Amino acid sequence: MSLLVDSAAEAIRMVASADGKLLEIAVLSLRVSATATLIAAIIALPIAAWVAQTRSALKTPVVVVLNACMGLPPVIVGLVVYLLLSRSGPLGALGWLFTPSGMIFAQTVLITPIIAALARQTLEDAQIEYRDLFASLGLSRWQSLVTLLVETRFSLLVVLLAGFGRAIAEVGAVMMVGGNIAGETRVMTTAIALETSKGELALALALGMVLLAIVLVVNGFAHWGKMWIGRRYG
Amino acid sequence: MKLFLKGLVAAGLSLCASLSAAETIVVASTTSTDQSGLFAHLLPAFEKASGVKVKVVALGSGQALDVGRRGDADAVFVHDQIAEEKFVADGFGVARVPVMYNDFVLIGPATDPARAAGRDIVAGLAAVYSAKADFVSRGDKSGTHAAELRLWKQAGLDPASEKAKWYRDTGSGMGPALNTAAAMNAYVLSDRATWLAFKNRQNLKIIVEGDSKLFNQYGVMLVNPKKHAHIKAQPAQRFIDWLVSGEGQAVIASFRINGEQLFFPNARK
Repeated sequence: MSLLVDSAAEAIRMVASADGKLLEIAVLSLRVSATATLIAAIIALPIAAWVAQTRSALKTPVVVVLNACMGLPPVIVGLVVYLLLSRSGPLGALGWLFTPSGMIFAQTVLITPIIAALARQTLEDAQIEYRDLFASLGLSRWQSLVTLLVETRFSLLVVLLAGFGRAIAEVGAVMMVGGNIAGETRVMTTAIALETSKGELALALALGMVLLAIVLVVNGFAHWGKMWIGRRYG
Repeated sequence: MKLFLKGLVAAGLSLCASLSAAETIVVASTTSTDQSGLFAHLLPAFEKASGVKVKVVALGSGQALDVGRRGDADAVFVHDQIAEEKFVADGFGVARVPVMYNDFVLIGPATDPARAAGRDIVAGLAAVYSAKADFVSRGDKSGTHAAELRLWKQAGLDPASEKAKWYRDTGSGMGPALNTAAAMNAYVLSDRATWLAFKNRQNLKIIVEGDSKLFNQYGVMLVNPKKHAHIKAQPAQRFIDWLVSGEGQAVIASFRINGEQLFFPNARK
């Protein structure tokens, strides 16, 4: 119990004093995971749209695989991306190992299936609801899809937040691909793992509280943005 | 919001700084050197002397050597002499340069239920074995794990192969293994540096220390540029030369936690 109190006090102290190192780590966490979410969205949303509307025989297997890939273990993604980016691996020439670029790559691989699978289901559910309306308006398949994307934008925002949450919370992939280098690739989760292994449990827990607060603020901004758009454009 | 902007600016500046830095090398090293704070003490002095920036990836010695073998680090700085000599013999490292030593210590419950205390590590481990006292092993092919297995062998015992119930193979780094031992009130072999820097000790203390068998030598190797053309041999060699220079050795000797010296320079002149 006293550990929790100590940690909460330490967390408040760190945030209040605008600790330079903490800021750097927090900003890197945000930068890596937000970039990964953006890239994953650009890849995943078209896939989701295609799978949602297709009548191809491939549809069922693709849906099952996408859904299964939501359970990709971060440490496996980390290992595979590490082997790809290693100087002895096929993408070694990029020089991305132990850099934030490599970490963004790994997190993108991790969350693209999550965004694709959840967005696919969202779009398909909406499709059923709007089917008769679209038919009466005489919209083509692709016109309907664009309308659906716009209509489900708030649900899709939550899908993106789920992907972002997974990215910023994972430690296995960024530890392996980033190497937890101080001032270079150390993010919130790898810093927590490091402090835990040093036996600095109160500090580790305090960092965890700061991470939760960051995620809370991001979600707060997203919700506020949604309300604002809702009021403005109905 | 102001904080956030400040952070953004700081991140932007650090990005620019890293882009403009003349040279950056990657050194694969062990958790004992990094987590004890040695690198934080050492690197500013080297960076000032050379203008070369060092990025440290801290792993177990086995994994660090593997990173070197794949060409993902320019130099490897570890503590597992047998594995290091193999690394050089296989052509992955140019030469093995001894830098410094510290020692291993047997950590255990303050009450010492196995009565392992003393200056003889082989007798201490034998006591743990016959008492079937809980023992936490790294089990991760690190330098400390290799040393632990060597010491059991010298005692003529092999709890790892016997899969003894009291022998917990945790497959974890030094810090996590110490956390596990603290929670279980178990015995564990640790390097002294990590132990001194470790905060969550609970009821653990040093049980055996000072045996010459507990000697722990650190060596540094340049990754062979003939195997990997992109290796930054020149600045990495500069780092190695500096470590064994009078200045580097003095900086190593001056690193202390609570007044206690952690690493003892012993580069051959």
